[in-house]
Amino acid sequence: MKRVLVTLSVNGAQHAREVEPRLLLSDFLRRDLGLTGTHVGCEHGVCGACTIRLDGAAVRSCLIFAVQADGHAVATVEGLAPGRGQLSVLQQAFQDTHGLQCGYCTPGILMTVSAFLEENADPTEEQVRHALSGNLCRCTGYQHIVDAVLLAAKRLREAA
Amino acid sequence: MKPAPFDWHAPAAIEEALALKARHGEEARFLAGGQSLVPAMNFRVAQPAVLVDLNRVAGLGGIDAGEDGSLRIGAMARNARVERDAVAARTHPLLAEALREVAHPQIRNRGTLGGNLAHADPASEMPAVMLALDARFVLRSARGTREVAAADFFLAPLTTALQPDEMLAEILLPSLATRSGTAFIEVARRRGDYAMMGVAAVLTRDADGLCTMARIACCSAGPTPMPAPRAAAALVGTRVSETDIAEAAALLRQEVAPMGSVQASPAYQRHLAEVLATRALTLAKERAR
Amino acid sequence: MTARHIGRPITRNEDPRLLTGRALFVDDVERPGLLHAAFLRSPHAHATILSVDTEAAKARPGVLAVITAEDLGDYWKPGPLLVPPPPIPGMTFRQRCQVPLARDVVRHVGEPVAMVIAESRYIAEDALGDIVAEYAPLPVVGDLEAALAPASPRVHADLADNIAAEVVQRKGDYAAARARAAHIVRRRFRYDRGASIPMETRGIVADWDAKADRLTVWDTTQAPVGIRNGLAAMLGLSERQVRVIAPFIGGGFGPKMMMFYPEEVLVPWIAMRLERPVKWIEDRLEHFFATTHERGQIHEAEIALDATGKILGVRDDFLMDTGAYNPYGLTVPLNSQCTLLNCYDVPAYESRFRAIYTNRTLVTPYRGAGRQHGVFVMERLLDAAARELGLDRVEIRRLNLIPPDAFPYRNEIIYQDFAPLTYDSGNYEPILDKALEAIGYGGFAEEKAKARAEGRCLGLGIVCYVEGTGIGPYEGARVRVQASGKVTLATGIGTQGQGHFTALAQVVAEQLGVDVRDVEVTTGDTDQFDWGVGTFASRGAVVAGSASHEAAKVVRSKILKAAAVHFECAEADLVLEDGKVAIAGVPEKHIALGALAQLANPLRGAVKPGTEPGLEATSYFGPEMGATAAGAHAMVIELDPQTMRPTILRYVVVHDCGTVLNPLILAGQIQGGVAQGIGNAFFEQLAWSEEGQLMNASLADYLLPTALDVPRMELHHTVTPSPLNPLGTKGAGEGGAIPVGALFAQAIEDALDLPAKGIEIAEIPLSPSRLWEIVHGGD
Repeated sequence: MKRVLVTLSVNGAQHAREVEPRLLLSDFLRRDLGLTGTHVGCEHGVCGACTIRLDGAAVRSCLIFAVQADGHAVATVEGLAPGRGQLSVLQQAFQDTHGLQCGYCTPGILMTVSAFLEENADPTEEQVRHALSGNLCRCTGYQHIVDAVLLAAKRLREAA
Repeated sequence: MKPAPFDWHAPAAIEEALALKARHGEEARFLAGGQSLVPAMNFRVAQPAVLVDLNRVAGLGGIDAGEDGSLRIGAMARNARVERDAVAARTHPLLAEALREVAHPQIRNRGTLGGNLAHADPASEMPAVMLALDARFVLRSARGTREVAAADFFLAPLTTALQPDEMLAEILLPSLATRSGTAFIEVARRRGDYAMMGVAAVLTRDADGLCTMARIACCSAGPTPMPAPRAAAALVGTRVSETDIAEAAALLRQEVAPMGSVQASPAYQRHLAEVLATRALTLAKERAR
Repeated sequence: MTARHIGRPITRNEDPRLLTGRALFVDDVERPGLLHAAFLRSPHAHATILSVDTEAAKARPGVLAVITAEDLGDYWKPGPLLVPPPPIPGMTFRQRCQVPLARDVVRHVGEPVAMVIAESRYIAEDALGDIVAEYAPLPVVGDLEAALAPASPRVHADLADNIAAEVVQRKGDYAAARARAAHIVRRRFRYDRGASIPMETRGIVADWDAKADRLTVWDTTQAPVGIRNGLAAMLGLSERQVRVIAPFIGGGFGPKMMMFYPEEVLVPWIAMRLERPVKWIEDRLEHFFATTHERGQIHEAEIALDATGKILGVRDDFLMDTGAYNPYGLTVPLNSQCTLLNCYDVPAYESRFRAIYTNRTLVTPYRGAGRQHGVFVMERLLDAAARELGLDRVEIRRLNLIPPDAFPYRNEIIYQDFAPLTYDSGNYEPILDKALEAIGYGGFAEEKAKARAEGRCLGLGIVCYVEGTGIGPYEGARVRVQASGKVTLATGIGTQGQGHFTALAQVVAEQLGVDVRDVEVTTGDTDQFDWGVGTFASRGAVVAGSASHEAAKVVRSKILKAAAVHFECAEADLVLEDGKVAIAGVPEKHIALGALAQLANPLRGAVKPGTEPGLEATSYFGPEMGATAAGAHAMVIELDPQTMRPTILRYVVVHDCGTVLNPLILAGQIQGGVAQGIGNAFFEQLAWSEEGQLMNASLADYLLPTALDVPRMELHHTVTPSPLNPLGTKGAGEGGAIPVGALFAQAIEDALDLPAKGIEIAEIPLSPSRLWEIVHGGD
């Protein structure tokens, strides 16, 4: 199969790789770039574990081919924290409210929420639940995740 | 769940895309948002030999309003963009109301209106909405351009009037007359799932409150999006009273042909059709002012 | 000593790694030269295999091996019986365990038939399409009752019928109780459960290092030590030669406690043969067929009561779908049989179950593990009995609660841990009262009538449950103070999100007076600790927690002894806190734990006879029997009577799991359990065709509850410590999930006033469509 050169930025760093067209972006990030923070839960676009941001928009990386990301900017969970050993406001809120258990769905949820909060600085619980409805979590029952998002929103507003 | 191999083309111009499709015919699939096609490929239910990726084709994603309140939507307009478009919200609020029920934000960020329609899933919301809005579709191929009414586009589950070399390029929505009201209501197991039943309704009333036009269509109600012309016709000339709506909804119940699914029996779907038609028509009437 | 760490809502040690994408999950393991496995699986529920032609697959570029049952030689053998049945007199048990690759017959859709090893998973899946397998379909066993008919096809042709097990257990004399009864209420119930669907599927990576003569296996197992021991035996290696690592695991919920799945047996074997590391990651489609389920039971049950509503006895006869093989023995049906008795004083009980082989995926425990079924039967019987006697549903429960002075309460029948079922401690009435108060039971009739006047249908549910937790046989822990002053704790259980890195650290920090952040916990790595059983039955915190406590206590005494020598003072004069030992009242005379650890591990001189170097201890804990937690759930729903869609308006949980180690983690466990309970009650059902095909094997069709389907929950606790372990704690992992089916049934009946119309809810799961059929008779 003909391989195609993909050049893209991930979390601000440029990468170039030759890949098969059929390679899913989720596999590209995890295998080719070693960014295993993005998790794969269903590969049919339902669970949301593989959610990343493509040019800012939260999307499923299991439903995009790596070749399609050529020339685009990708953001993953590895890029959220301001530095090694630190947590972003959003990540800190998840720890403070016990917003994760096994942590498998968490990176996808963080990417979904990071996009959501940029557009909704002061969301209601109902809005938060709608925003989360495309990310399945099997451990938490969502309550602490909702709490985490509301807490992060509050802290971000106070810091703004 | 990894896709089978394929050749990938990502043309920048529509002419090039059409030429590729003409060359490869049914072996090739257009890749729009990929939110239905890629899952099918991951399951290896779909194994196209060639993908013609439309994401780099210029000029396919626009939303343009006509002065008369009509709307022209490029097939590659992302659903999230259509949902948030301020002009569309004013001219055709039914679009956003229904799009909010289509999957989840992340899917709508990537999925396109044209891709959704060309996929022609009878459970999908937007094909029914297109029937209710009397949409016309611009189909392009290397041979030329033609227009098809939404009512003539959906032929069977996952089957449309598109020829192997044709692309759904644009969606044309005629303006709604003054004193028109629209509504979309569905019942799904969970928010974002395909509906067990959904009803899209469009009503126009005259200054005296008489209904001059009605169009109703349902999703998950048969092998294609299902129009309900008898129910709609029954409303024309009435004041759209509770009784008028009940009679129309009872007619609609007879017009749908739900096939049942793991989630819902046909009997329950028929019952829902009547319930949701009543609710949608009531809401559309309230909004028709 | 007042608790410094135990009982506090300490945020989790493990979270920073998980939140930044730096936690290692099995699919994150990369090795040089890594190969990938994929499995050809049976498309038939029951068929004879005629031929499997692998030539084209083998010839595909990038394919290294294609293996069928024939290629396995002596390695082909059925898996072990993981949980032998307890010795119950008169029982029947017919063991048939799964095989690594089907040889002659396939017995469920998804049973592995061939394994492909290739340079990538993509190529491996391409090669699956090259294999030509021919089958002759056989008649399928699906329906439990039809499976009992003499003319039924048989799942295992060498057995006379489809009965995998039959067990009768008795407490007291039910016939006599029945003869005395003023009321007998008899009902038939169906309770189906689905699949656990952890967000991370199963997976395994095996790496054979020929030079080191060692096999390393990363496995999504809940039982790393058992896998290590079993793999070593199967592969002819010594236990020393096999290291099993269960790193971060993306949820388990029971099915990852099942051991020696075919893939788990085959991937290490082929890695050794090829001398290349091999990875298999189950995809979501495979998961629906290849990972164990929990499934349907049909109960015929009756309850005998006196004229006041006091229970005289219960009789139950049930069938349980055990799937095509039964390596997990009788755990699920025994849990159903035992937990049916719930929190009530039932003097006489007679229960029979028959486990039935079907042409479906195997059944093993999934969170709650059969307890749901039992609780549903008892709670539904009480609701029906209350109506027959004209009693309030709360009062019939209150009347029958086991009184607080009756503990330990003996139910006599044998539980899954082989011990006679005994409730260690409990105080149930305060639980019920708290739940009633929190849900607003007193004012609900008025609330319901007011809503009804507005055309809205409100319903309330209130149900009770118990949960047998924290069973043996044992777990162990090793605690060591390092020269840095930090403390390590290693235990053999695996962790799948339960917060062990924090809760166990709290237990150790409590004894050693160090910060919880300074206790570094390792679970699930047999090179760190290789005695243990696993994480199941809500036992991690109880059993491994108690072992950690015991080990930390020994280290504490070593610290004090060493410090007493160092300061030449009495141990009683020493204070152990803030990571150092000080002389009481003379805080400037102190020594850091790290310095003390160095003194205890000298490079010269002599360690005194009878002492050990270092500040380290290993301890084990094995409870004589399980600890019984209890609780009540209450809920108010609004049901749209036209669409049959419920909206949960209020949800209350009152839970008693003894001493609480960490209320934050406990809340998470309960909330997550409730979410899975809601899934079971109203969203999740595996749908099978007559041909044994699973009709909804995707996350678009098998419906996990989302953030919009799970309500905000109000949690309350009562504390009745367990006398069975030094921490006084009971397990809490499954309680949230157990009573939700019974709760939904009662609340929906209430919302639609169904009993007044002669309709009862006798089944779970429900759905809007099914509910509409029940109410409108379109069965």
